[in-house]
Amino acid sequence: MNKVYVVADNILSPLGKDTSANLSSLKNRQSGIRLQHSGISDKPFYASLLDSGSKSGHPSFTAFENIVLASVKDAMQNHEDDFPDPRTGFILSSTKGNISIIEKEPVHAGTWSRVGLSESAGRMAEYLGIVSEPVVVSHACISGLLAMITGMRMIQSGMYDQVIVTGADLITAFIFSGFQSFQAISPEPCKPFDADRDGITLGEAAATVILSGNKTDDSILLSGGSVSNDANHISGPSRTGEELFLAIRNSMKQAGVKAAGIDLISAHGTATRYNDDMEAKAIHLAGMSSVPLNSLKGYYGHTLGAAGLVESIISLHSLKENLLFPTLGFSSPGTEMPVNVIKELRTAKLGKCLKTASGFGGCNAAIILENLN
Amino acid sequence: MDFLDELYRHYQLGYPKFHKMDQLSKLGVLATDILLNESDHANKYGSDETGIVLSNSHGSLDVDLKYARTMEAGASPALFVYTLPNIVIGEIAIKYKFRGENAFFVFKTFNGNFMAAYVNGLFDSKLIRNCICGWVDYLGEDYRALLMLVETSGSEKAIPFTAEGINLLNNTSHG
Repeated sequence: MNKVYVVADNILSPLGKDTSANLSSLKNRQSGIRLQHSGISDKPFYASLLDSGSKSGHPSFTAFENIVLASVKDAMQNHEDDFPDPRTGFILSSTKGNISIIEKEPVHAGTWSRVGLSESAGRMAEYLGIVSEPVVVSHACISGLLAMITGMRMIQSGMYDQVIVTGADLITAFIFSGFQSFQAISPEPCKPFDADRDGITLGEAAATVILSGNKTDDSILLSGGSVSNDANHISGPSRTGEELFLAIRNSMKQAGVKAAGIDLISAHGTATRYNDDMEAKAIHLAGMSSVPLNSLKGYYGHTLGAAGLVESIISLHSLKENLLFPTLGFSSPGTEMPVNVIKELRTAKLGKCLKTASGFGGCNAAIILENLN
Repeated sequence: MDFLDELYRHYQLGYPKFHKMDQLSKLGVLATDILLNESDHANKYGSDETGIVLSNSHGSLDVDLKYARTMEAGASPALFVYTLPNIVIGEIAIKYKFRGENAFFVFKTFNGNFMAAYVNGLFDSKLIRNCICGWVDYLGEDYRALLMLVETSGSEKAIPFTAEGINLLNNTSHG
């Protein structure tokens, strides 16, 4: 089976327009989360939102598409290759994409096709010179990780030589009102894994990785990935964490990695009471309670379809720089099962990282990233 | 009465949760029930051994439009949760206790090449021993479900799970 490497990446967020700017912000404990006075809610709320300048660009593209295109173009610049090749795949990850189109009345059948994710992906692929048919992953909050796993599988099976995997979501009235209706939004910036955690903070970002079957000098190996389902509840996580553990176990088996070989866990860590408890239980089942763990939601908020990509990119640069990023918002432990939450920025020799995500519909995903140097 | 509700009665699903679902989930659960009807699937496979890989062209747009119309008057969490296309997979997983690999993809039209490559990859990686895959799409008055059960051994009537085989199945079915 072909090996798969992450050879280029980009994060476009309120913390910077490329990965290096984002890493600088994280090293300075900067968060994109601010108190927002926006038309999408009657009351001010905390969120990490992109400014309007980041969302503008080509006039025939929507704000959602402009941030995706900016992210993909930056990643492509960082990797010299022949992209208009039929053996280059293009995967778009998003939960709601262009949903803002249907927030405005009246909704005509003509706008239905424009809101569709495959339509959006097709337009972007054409603009970018991609000749293969785009694949859209829309799988709640694991979309970003599942998109990376899908890209990995396409290269492993020999369908493509390289795959551009990109993802984004914008926080619109549709999304905000929905999470608010679940009473899931924290009144303060989110506090992942903390005893006083009180819900999620939403965020906006676009992020891109280029996966390739060909290794480069500083590429990171994507050595395993798997997906599972709780088969329990569509909007509440598993009570036991067994199913997230199943995805972790399968991804580690594929990578040929044991618990003792994992140096960093990049958790989903949404800062809801139930999610963080479920994750802590899964990590306990995997025998990794003492492995340094972070959630990056305190910097970015929950960026939905971009989250798995954003957090994987930060994690793979953690491996490259031997740097453990702290969990912003965390101060005192408060999960049912203990986990080793990173509190301060510190260096450590890092080889392998486990990245996880979970979402509505009972879905869980895990990947393994390895530093080859 | 709605066609899906009629099917529910006809096949005597006896699953009260069905009535809380959006149309896409109802379609997916009914299609799965019909697919597995009279098979010994539940006895043949463990809960981690079944994959669910679904695709469509309209995502969750049917319920997105309903949610968008009602969100200002009062957002409903029971409606909002269905505004993700993978919820149909979650509903199927809950009903049949499938905990294995699952994925939801959006394409303009059914993509047999991708589906065959993705699902065969899951078998090759030994992540699953069987898979429910195909197309489940619902928007307004238009709906279509084409589900396949993929196993490593089959009867003489079984179609080989190749891109050619499933594209042919897609082109000749009108359900």
